[in-house]
Amino acid sequence: MIHWTAEQLDAFVQHLHAESYEVIGPVIRDGAVTYDAMEELPVGYGDEQEAGRYRLTRRGDLSRFGYNLGPSTWKQFLSPPSETLFHVREDLIHPVVPEATKRAFIGVRACEMAAIEVQDRVFLQGDYREHRYEQRRQQLFIVAVNCSQAAATCFCTANNDGPAVRSGADLVLTEVNPAQPWYLVEAKSDLAKALVSKVGGSPATDEQLDQAHAAVEAAAGQISRQLPRAGLREALFEALEHSHWDAVANRCLSCGNCTQVCPTCFCFTTREEADLMNDEVSHRRVWDSCFTEMHSYTTGGPIHRKTRSRYRQWLTHKLASWEDQFGVSGCTGCGRCISWCPVGIDLTEEVQILRKTK
Amino acid sequence: MCDINRRQQDTEDVFTLDIAPPPGYPGFAPGQFNMLYVPGVGEAAISISGDPQDSYRLLHTIRAVGDVTAQLRNKDGRSHVGVRGPFGKPWPIEAARGRDLVIVAGGIGIAPLRPVLYTVLSDRAAYGNVHLLYGARTPRDILYQDELMQWHRQGEISTTITVDAAKPSWKGDVGVVTRYIGRVRVDPENTVAMICGPEIMMRYTAGELLLKGIPMRQIHVSMERHMKCAAALCGHCQFGPYFVCRDGPVFRYSDVAPLMSTAEF
Repeated sequence: MIHWTAEQLDAFVQHLHAESYEVIGPVIRDGAVTYDAMEELPVGYGDEQEAGRYRLTRRGDLSRFGYNLGPSTWKQFLSPPSETLFHVREDLIHPVVPEATKRAFIGVRACEMAAIEVQDRVFLQGDYREHRYEQRRQQLFIVAVNCSQAAATCFCTANNDGPAVRSGADLVLTEVNPAQPWYLVEAKSDLAKALVSKVGGSPATDEQLDQAHAAVEAAAGQISRQLPRAGLREALFEALEHSHWDAVANRCLSCGNCTQVCPTCFCFTTREEADLMNDEVSHRRVWDSCFTEMHSYTTGGPIHRKTRSRYRQWLTHKLASWEDQFGVSGCTGCGRCISWCPVGIDLTEEVQILRKTK
Repeated sequence: MCDINRRQQDTEDVFTLDIAPPPGYPGFAPGQFNMLYVPGVGEAAISISGDPQDSYRLLHTIRAVGDVTAQLRNKDGRSHVGVRGPFGKPWPIEAARGRDLVIVAGGIGIAPLRPVLYTVLSDRAAYGNVHLLYGARTPRDILYQDELMQWHRQGEISTTITVDAAKPSWKGDVGVVTRYIGRVRVDPENTVAMICGPEIMMRYTAGELLLKGIPMRQIHVSMERHMKCAAALCGHCQFGPYFVCRDGPVFRYSDVAPLMSTAEF
């Protein structure tokens, strides 16, 4: 374990640039912390979140990771919202080869790391591997961050997905003392050890280890929302005809925001784009949402006609049938679907009602 | 992209495309489907309706109801179409060997069942009584009629064809297929049933077969859901814990009966 100053952390980011990584991390944009290609870490930003509410705040300190989560997810870089898979010219298919860039993600939280591992199961562990995802995943260097504060919408502890990063990252940071921050640095992979050695740092003392541990414990203590998982799958399958689905549907706009900000939602559809003569056709893959009418469309019309059916599909998939399909829950407790729902639907509350009443 | 050998108009809105298999195509089992691609329009999941032992052609019997199928209807011997496949779990033909077999089809649902009939006929003595109940909208909508009646007359497959509505000139049966399940003579404990048609028809048919004493585990249905990728990656064809493209389209009724009785699930 290494101790870094904030300046050493900033130098590490610059070192990644120098090593030709495309560095993706927090970027302040449109009043939110978003993820995109970045030069240096923003300083002193936080956020306030509640159901249907997100506000970027200035913390007045020197923290690099004083915010929680914004609307961006890392999935937008591993399986982009829109990408062309091939072109067709004169009845011949010309595949589009994806970029071969080495990339670093900076600031991946525990719930997000767990979500990447969930998507690994979806795209890499079935009968058919998604080779674009696989290539991007193999070229990826992950700098994760243990949370030292929680948003009101967080509930990663409900599934033991956070606030400490469990697995999968190359490097794990813990930010301590936001006023004058320093970092506990754990290099998990050989590549991380090599990169960290270029920046230096001092061996962490026992006292520093205790302080970092206490910071993460404090974040866990701030988490108020709960989503108990024991028996949840069975309870939801038993509640398929519960009247509460109608109550949610009365509020739900079927907008699909929850599926777009969810770090594990993976549905995609395909689009054909042709010139007027149909001589040049592009076959694109784009994100889809189970809240759209076309998602369940068959010759007899959509299977999920009503909003009730669409919300039920989303929630039962996320929290119940996901376990049948992939062996884990589809929810890592990031709480984005709560913050970014325009009407403030909160799955933790809905599940409580579905479980309590008949 | 694959050559289309031939296109045949079967009924007013149903046609069959005979497609040359792509290089390295591994062959298919009855009940499996291919993804057919029309550049500029999209892909559609279409079940394979021909003889699995014929490796020279892939038959697809298609009702023109969507964008892709409407374009496939315009294809002919000079056209090309993209083919991916085969996908999906097939009908349990092996489990039917040495047993009686009941096949119930509604409308275009006969298409994925015809490969079962070809397979049975290629080794007819290996099976017990084989019954086909087939319901179509009108006499003009009956698919494969000559073939089916020939097999019936030869005593190979005992066939009942019924229509929802017909003019007085129609001398055959009228009404939903479930009405004619009484005609099926099988040893229920030792019978395998395969059903393909609209969901409500499959539910009622399965219900009648259960009353007849055929165990739930031996009744199979072929489900339809929206499919985009056929690789259990795109999420569209979910049906509770299942991806229909991978875990189906053929399911044991015992595995899906509760899901089928939940509306819009």
